[in-house]
Amino acid sequence: MRVYLDNNATTIVDPHVFEAMEPYFVQRYGNPNSLHSFASETHPAIKQAMEKIYAGIHAPKEDSVVITSCATESNNWVLKSIYFQYILTGRKNHIIISEVEHPSIIATAKFIESMGCRVTYLPINHEGLIDPQSVRDNITDKTALVSVMWANNETGAIFPVEEIGAICAEHNVLFHTDAVQAIGKLPVDVQSFNVDYLTMSAHKFHGPKGVGALYMKKGKELLPLLHGGSQMGGYRSGTLNVPGIIGMGKAMEQAVDALDFEMSEIRELRDAFEDELLKIPDTFVVTPREKRTPNTILISFRGIEGESMLWDLNREGVAASTGSACASEDLESNPVMEAIGADADLAHTAVRFSLSRYTTKEEMDYTLEVVKRAVERLRSISSSYAYAPEGHESGLDSHH
Amino acid sequence: MGMDSLIGGTIWDEYSQKVTDLMNNPKNMGEITKEQADAMGAKLIVADFGAESCGDAVRLYWAVDPKTDVILESKFKSFGCGTAIASSDTMAELCKGKTVDEAVKITNIDVEKAMRDTPDVPAVPPQKMHCSVMAYDVIKKAAAQYKGVDMASFEEEIIVCECARVSLSTLKEVIRLNDLTTIEQITDYTKAGAFCKSCIKPGGHEAKDIYLVDLLNEYEKEKMARAADASASGEGIDFAQMTIVQKLKAVDKVIDDNIRQMLMMDGGDMEILDIKENGAHFDIYIRYLGACSGCASSSTGTLFAIENILREKLDENIRVLPI
Repeated sequence: MRVYLDNNATTIVDPHVFEAMEPYFVQRYGNPNSLHSFASETHPAIKQAMEKIYAGIHAPKEDSVVITSCATESNNWVLKSIYFQYILTGRKNHIIISEVEHPSIIATAKFIESMGCRVTYLPINHEGLIDPQSVRDNITDKTALVSVMWANNETGAIFPVEEIGAICAEHNVLFHTDAVQAIGKLPVDVQSFNVDYLTMSAHKFHGPKGVGALYMKKGKELLPLLHGGSQMGGYRSGTLNVPGIIGMGKAMEQAVDALDFEMSEIRELRDAFEDELLKIPDTFVVTPREKRTPNTILISFRGIEGESMLWDLNREGVAASTGSACASEDLESNPVMEAIGADADLAHTAVRFSLSRYTTKEEMDYTLEVVKRAVERLRSISSSYAYAPEGHESGLDSHH
Repeated sequence: MGMDSLIGGTIWDEYSQKVTDLMNNPKNMGEITKEQADAMGAKLIVADFGAESCGDAVRLYWAVDPKTDVILESKFKSFGCGTAIASSDTMAELCKGKTVDEAVKITNIDVEKAMRDTPDVPAVPPQKMHCSVMAYDVIKKAAAQYKGVDMASFEEEIIVCECARVSLSTLKEVIRLNDLTTIEQITDYTKAGAFCKSCIKPGGHEAKDIYLVDLLNEYEKEKMARAADASASGEGIDFAQMTIVQKLKAVDKVIDDNIRQMLMMDGGDMEILDIKENGAHFDIYIRYLGACSGCASSSTGTLFAIENILREKLDENIRVLPI
């Protein structure tokens, strides 16, 4: 049996999405900007897709939802454009982000920091959550932008974007949220609270890879990141990714339709699995379940290094994830675990299971058995769970 | 860069079959109890290295024959990833039957080589090489405990890159000899920095006392200091490219080193008056002093000698014109 529980990394393309995209590779391959029937026969589907994407986030027609190549592009675009428009021109000198943003925000913030922008990195608390008050405390009259993700990819923690948006409005500061982990997992309505920019990625909600979007409120339009042939109203040049846009539109429609299912059935599946995992001694979950996206569990098994856990899971066909040491090429411990200030011994033990609407009860039952076997085996190998002879100091060296 | 580094890959795909097998079924995993050691008439050594909070920790158990120093039994426990477990297992295996002194000589490179399927293909991808370093460290820790000495006494030199075991002195020498200016070059020449990359600059997996960037900076400073000295004398610069002051100094130095002594032995001397560029030629105007002035050879043999040595040492277009 193979079980895919890494849906915060990417998701299966919904067959209906694939079906909608398929005619736009071989049959209707025209460039939408050309002046002939090959172009115009792509227009209806693109228009429909755009309408679905707008509807999915309740964006009013006068606002812009610009299709990009991915969330990384959307996030880069916001920060770099803010840098060009506000920081470089000397109008402002500061932005605020959280310390657990996606690398496409963190690395871009570090880049503009190196170009002279002041950056505040908001901390998360022991539950992996952000206190909106910390935004208020850090805003100055020179703050150009606050960028805080809607839901964290590692923990699933939902950040208080409504409150943060309100604080930004109060101080006349632009507000961006990376909603990559929110679409399809939470209701997203850009009219229900103050938000100027919102990032999306199709492949996180059963759409294709290589297509994302950035929502921009009317009057808050950014400078283009990609200059060229003036596609997307000049905001994002580059020949339109026709099948990608159509796929994203269909995926958005499906995600909105499936939202109730995700928030009830999938949540129940996740909760039941989590209850069983927590029966294993010395296991820890950081963020309270009601403050998380319905599909995500980040759990620590004391004494088991995360990558070795993935190894044993993978041997039996279960795909999960970890951002902790050894697993990534960077060999760093899980940044979220570090930020939470979790027991240092747990920093390398976190494993993430992320479900989707395709996950079944049978898969979760199977996974539970696999996890139990892995925990037993790996704890028998673990020096942290080992017997230490009498008189032997188990205090380990601080070698690293 | 290049294609391989552009797309990356799954690190697990690069594990040897041996690493995979050992991770799945480590042979020497477990403990040795005091009772077991006593039954063998052996001394029990239990050494810990690393820390769970750092992502890697290993505990090594030895039963050592106190009469012969031979390691009769060797087992491990490990908190770490697959390669850490496989490396620890291999390390424990390599210790068996060796004396403590022999075991101390086992390096992480030996451990990695022992896990290869074929001699030329690394057992683990570069960024996993550091996992085997701990296997090396814990042996020293165990040996130090057995002998009742400090662990540092086994380390003969300062190691900058632990994965490839490249010492500070080796790195300094290679950088100077080959005039290395980039991390990539250091890695090409020594393999330092090719593996977990912690030794390249601060911020990697492990904090270090010395980083490769420090060595490059140090060498760069040294070169700049030398260049400052050299530029005063024009050393290392093409004669044609030198400023007039550098040219005068360079000519004077050649005369000093090769000619002046000879002239002075005959009670004479010379001075350089001027250097002029004359088409393709550099005309050097000199004046003989003392016994040289009026010497017959001063316009023939001596002059040719001066001209030849300057042409040889500085530029073949030099002409010497006595005034």
